[in-house]
Amino acid sequence: MNRGGITTIGGIFTALVLITGILLTGYAGMNAIDAVFGFHMYLMAAAAILGLLALFVGRPYRGDLGKYNYGVVKAFVIATIFWGVAGFIVGDYIAWELAFPFLNWDLPWTNFGRLRPLHTSAVIFAFGGNILLGSSFYVVQRTNHTRLAGNVAPWFVFWGYNLFIALAGTGYLLGVTQGREYAEPEWYVDIWLTLVWVVYLLVFMGTLMKRRVSHIYVANWFYLAFIITIAVLHLVNNMAVPVSAFGLKSYSLQAGVQDAMTQWWYGHNAVGFFLTAAFLAMMYYFVPKRAERPVYSYRLSIIHFWSLIFLYMWAGPHHLHYTALPDWTQSLGMTFSIILWMPSWGGMINGLMTLSGAWDKLRTDPVLRMLVVSIAFYGMSTFEGPMMAIKAVNALSHYTDWTVGHVHSGAMGWVGMVSFGVIYCLVPWLWGKERLYSMSLVSWHFWLSTVGILLYITSMWVSGILQGLMWRAYDSYGFLEYSFVETVEAMHPFYVIRALGGLFFVIGSLIMVYNVIMTVRVAPREESYSNAVLAPAE
Amino acid sequence: MASHEIFEKNSIVLAIAIVLVVSIAGLVEIIPLYFIGSTIEKVDGMRPYTPLELAGRDVYVREGCYLCHSQMIRPFRDEVERYGHYSLATESMYDHPFQWGSKRTGPDLARVGNKYSDKWHQDHMNDPRSIVPESVMPGYEFLGKTTIDADRYNKHLRALSITGVPYSKGMIDNAGADLKAQAGDPDSDAAEALQARYKSFGSKPLNVRDFDGDPKTVSELDALIAYMQMLGTLVDFKTYNAKANLR
Repeated sequence: MNRGGITTIGGIFTALVLITGILLTGYAGMNAIDAVFGFHMYLMAAAAILGLLALFVGRPYRGDLGKYNYGVVKAFVIATIFWGVAGFIVGDYIAWELAFPFLNWDLPWTNFGRLRPLHTSAVIFAFGGNILLGSSFYVVQRTNHTRLAGNVAPWFVFWGYNLFIALAGTGYLLGVTQGREYAEPEWYVDIWLTLVWVVYLLVFMGTLMKRRVSHIYVANWFYLAFIITIAVLHLVNNMAVPVSAFGLKSYSLQAGVQDAMTQWWYGHNAVGFFLTAAFLAMMYYFVPKRAERPVYSYRLSIIHFWSLIFLYMWAGPHHLHYTALPDWTQSLGMTFSIILWMPSWGGMINGLMTLSGAWDKLRTDPVLRMLVVSIAFYGMSTFEGPMMAIKAVNALSHYTDWTVGHVHSGAMGWVGMVSFGVIYCLVPWLWGKERLYSMSLVSWHFWLSTVGILLYITSMWVSGILQGLMWRAYDSYGFLEYSFVETVEAMHPFYVIRALGGLFFVIGSLIMVYNVIMTVRVAPREESYSNAVLAPAE
Repeated sequence: MASHEIFEKNSIVLAIAIVLVVSIAGLVEIIPLYFIGSTIEKVDGMRPYTPLELAGRDVYVREGCYLCHSQMIRPFRDEVERYGHYSLATESMYDHPFQWGSKRTGPDLARVGNKYSDKWHQDHMNDPRSIVPESVMPGYEFLGKTTIDADRYNKHLRALSITGVPYSKGMIDNAGADLKAQAGDPDSDAAEALQARYKSFGSKPLNVRDFDGDPKTVSELDALIAYMQMLGTLVDFKTYNAKANLR
């Protein structure tokens, strides 16, 4: 049996890539014209040296030569929890900054403008990304009855992706950004993510190709659509001309109105594919598994899959209603956004109705309750979204906190809750435990999160609609009734309530950390657990 | 459904079908924006940013100002009265990237140019609540203490010219000198050379002065105020023909 990663073909290839990387980043670091660029290049070089050492010295899949590659999935789960808590704390901190601005401390690296991308990237790409990559590696193995393709490549994806997060996150604090929402990392970080993503696609496709079942299960369609589409979006939206090969700064290739359209085509589909399609994939595996019921309708899953991925891509212009984007594009975006309501609810119905005959489990299983409530939040946000995409509604809601509340009902209620449910499923399964350490702590997490989310979104509804109405209010003499800063002042109580809601959510996630650690350390082992390579299946 | 089997049994077919299905919308919504002539309105006065304004815009992007301030006035009565003429696509035609924003925690800045004095901006950036007590904006005192490396700005202009911004060779070669000149004495020879170079776009004369109240160095605050003071001031709306530019 192989002892080190280097003795495999994938290992040799990875070693060559890493050596090239060390040379390139080392050279770029020595010639850097910005201190931060130099720091990032040396960080990448150091990571590549560590990777090389791990190939020669370590055994990247030690103790993990079983039927399924669980080691890398475990790593993703741990990273998910770590980044999740970090991202929630930063998010709540900036919520307090908006309520009490002295908390900005007037320093470059603590001001709202730099911490906000840190929060959004930490929760979307670090928390969300790690659970998506990790769960996709779990689901693609289990549903295809085969081990993950490659032994080194999945680990390259894990470390490479998390290096991307470290580069992006440290960059934000130090002022490295492209100024594109949800696509802030600069050109060299984008190139690195592209490389990691291609390897991810290869691992996923490779695993599909060596499957031992004839049909590809529906969850994998969604994962594949997510991987492919994110690649397309990432490449097109990040086209840029660097000022220097040895510096941070780049200018986007597109400008103005075309750039705005491209950015929101990207931005809306980061929601559509990162935060929706891929999380639906999780729903399609974990909800039936947990409820021990088959997916409600196979026909519905086909219809809603193709219509969802087709329609989502059109919806971007609803972020640009009444702007300088031509009206025809806005109308197209609005129309498709409204139609999108249908496939979204198709997914919701398919998830919820999977519980047919198993509804009683909601009383006894708080993990299933989390999964089901996440689907309910998904249904609510995907109704609210098309409504806000109607131009007349958007005229009021755009630029206000209503949008922020809408995003968080999706992000905390749907993405957050479904991820927590999946973590609570995966931890006992991966670590071979009979059950979680404590179900009552899961209940506590569930209720704290739910109350936190409700405080968050209700306060943002009120503040958003209030601010929108105040901006357009006229007095009886025909003058604007409020100055801008009066509307800022009116937001204060809602910003405090929102920050309190966030605090509930953070405390819930800390309870999850404790529960997961105790599950791994002290929960009883499952008697029948085995991941050994058994005799070939008959 | 038997006809769906081909996708469920062939991973490559499934992958190709996904690529085709997700590509259509982007092609239909993005590509025509380059070819439909009316997308960008015809106006008088638009010009690319000067090196100092560009440096200010880089600071604006770096600090994430767009996360709380929009630069896109919508054609509503209240917005036009509060902020000025609704924004045109042409006004951001040299914006790499666009900074229209999506949230107004603070007011829109598309036409903030010439609305407040330089001194107002200096005090407001250093300590926002000394000017507006209810403001929730962070203070940016460090900008005034950070000098700008003017000499690298020729590289910045060159990168932008690759993306299609019509900077002349003279503008690129003299970017560093122009950057310093715009934050200095308006009557100097360097300032005159700068004005002459940018006059070719047929726009109004540039704002040339010490913006940050400290004539000794060119700071990031100089650049940021220079950028804000020209925002939304280029297009001459007296000659703008809204009917001819209907889209």
